Amino acid sequence: MRHGRLEKADADEAAVNRVVLPPKDEAISLLRTMQLIRAFEEQVRSLFFGGIIPGLVHLCAGQEAVAVGVCSQLRTSDKIASNHRGHGHCLAKGADVRRLMAEIMGRRSGYGLGRGGSLHIFDVVNGNLGTNGIVGGGIPLAVGAAFSAKRNGRGDVAVCFFGDGALNQGLLFEAMNMAAIWRLPVVFVCENNGYGEFTASEHVTAGRDPKARGASFDIPSEAVDGMDVLAVREAARRGISRARAGEGPSFLVCTTYRYGGHHAGDKQEYKDTAEIEAWRQKDPIERLGRQLQDENLVTSKVIAALKGAVETEVREAVEFARAAPMPEPQDLGLHLYA
Amino acid sequence: MPNARNITYRSAVLEALAGEMRRDQNVILIGEDVGAAGGVFKQTDGLHAEFGEERVIDTPISEAGAFGLAIGAAMAGQRPVFEVMFGDFITLVMDQLVNQAAKVNYMSAGQFSVPLVLRTAVGIGANLGPQHSQSLHAWTAHIPGLKVVMPSTPADAKGLMTAAIRDDNPVVFFEDRMLYNVSGEVPQFEHVVPIGSAEVKRPGRDVSIIATSRMVHIALAAAELLAHENVSVEVVDPRSLVPLDIDTLVASVKKTSRAVVVDGGYRQYGVTGEIAATIAEEAFDWLDAPIMRVGGANVPIPFSKSIEPLMLPDAAKLAAIVAQLLHGTR
Repeated sequence: MRHGRLEKADADEAAVNRVVLPPKDEAISLLRTMQLIRAFEEQVRSLFFGGIIPGLVHLCAGQEAVAVGVCSQLRTSDKIASNHRGHGHCLAKGADVRRLMAEIMGRRSGYGLGRGGSLHIFDVVNGNLGTNGIVGGGIPLAVGAAFSAKRNGRGDVAVCFFGDGALNQGLLFEAMNMAAIWRLPVVFVCENNGYGEFTASEHVTAGRDPKARGASFDIPSEAVDGMDVLAVREAARRGISRARAGEGPSFLVCTTYRYGGHHAGDKQEYKDTAEIEAWRQKDPIERLGRQLQDENLVTSKVIAALKGAVETEVREAVEFARAAPMPEPQDLGLHLYA
Repeated sequence: MPNARNITYRSAVLEALAGEMRRDQNVILIGEDVGAAGGVFKQTDGLHAEFGEERVIDTPISEAGAFGLAIGAAMAGQRPVFEVMFGDFITLVMDQLVNQAAKVNYMSAGQFSVPLVLRTAVGIGANLGPQHSQSLHAWTAHIPGLKVVMPSTPADAKGLMTAAIRDDNPVVFFEDRMLYNVSGEVPQFEHVVPIGSAEVKRPGRDVSIIATSRMVHIALAAAELLAHENVSVEVVDPRSLVPLDIDTLVASVKKTSRAVVVDGGYRQYGVTGEIAATIAEEAFDWLDAPIMRVGGANVPIPFSKSIEPLMLPDAAKLAAIVAQLLHGTR
């Protein structure tokens, strides 16, 4: 396995950070949201191969723990800026499953009347500044939202999610520098899945330790097991608390994995199957399910029922979206200006 | 003009900024050296003292990141005025401008708007060389979702800056630095010029010169020279490139039957071509002569005093071009 060998120091740190389970309701909510994202992505994948979803879709199956762990610590008025692999962030921040599916299918009932698609999903009600088609593009937007939050003084924070590919975008360093000098309430969350598009990050990324990039700005930076939703939740809680308290930005490097390709149609010939299988053994949904059962918080039957319920919810969203109207010619020029 | 005083273009923009910052707490100014230093052209002088560092924010030299921050802040409810010190540096914010700011309202179906102003100083003539003299406004005018403004007079500068700050869309505001010390009558109190309204700066009968920003002044001087030869020139200032007040431009050309379009940017693939083509589409049957385009020479803008002036025509050269058009020798 090339990707994801947590370095020894990081592994030790992760061990120190291991936490006890949250209260039962919250633990179940974490599980349910991860299941929802997985079910959603599986449907999107199938609709893409069925020719129902055109264009490109970038799926996050395998990475659910990062979106869910971080967003579990956010309130509705907090902002997130997502990226091209963003369906999970949208759902974890509270998006309406039906409108999300409709947007990805290019239907008028979607968040952008079907004119944005998967890469451009905005949800003002839930504070989602958008998935984004430009690698790193959302990072300064979150920092700007954090700037605004600091001015407003209500303790709101902003989070930006980006992949390891964005570790090599200059914009990240400009944004980190400003967040640090102005002590802005923002948490930088790197979802390090080991690949930037079709290229292993180790081939294009200098520096052994990504979190050193945050540390060089004196931003508290930590490595997190991104396949463990409880570890993510705990690290996010620390960073977000710091932000709310006016203590400035944090940087979380969450080691995770995408089971699928860069986009749904990518056959991933650059990965070996043993690697994918090894990561599947760390599946965040299975893992939390096991933990909950070990603590006797839920039975396997309850977990199966939860899974069944989210799958039904997603199927209903698909039916809704398939029945939804397509944009009309008059929608072409709508909202060009506010 | 009621309550007008004679003030400089620089002061007029500053007056609009200060006025809007007093009127709306959400208006903030972000840029390099805009704070205590008061701007590299003293164009933000006094704002830091009045509004403090919370609202007049000096950024690191990180145009892309800082402009992205301004967009995010605008999406979250602020109304930033973001300054790019030299117009050449808009290349550094282009991704954020083109791929984020211009499209957010559209992509989000109006859930998020981006109420911000990007102001920048452009213009040939200060011996600033190839990377500090360009007028790249045509780049921004190409992008749907942006508004693009270039005032020529102090009064328009105040009125359009006020309108730009109040606009809920991203507005790119180009100021010609060679106009900063030009004075004119400016209303003392609130003054708003609607974005998208051209103005006839000098009425005439024989030929229309459609000119932008500083070239309006060159056109007016050329008109004065031509008046001595009994040529009556109408000078029309679009004032904003997007939206473009086509009706006023076309009405002028239908009256005079001849058009010369003058702009300070590079001529190739520039503003003059767009305006000339629009006139040709809308007023072809009224034209008595080909539409002339006059723009910057298609070379990097040289530093040296001996050849920088060759980039653009002065009033005498422009008058000669117009005279050739009238006499059918072009």
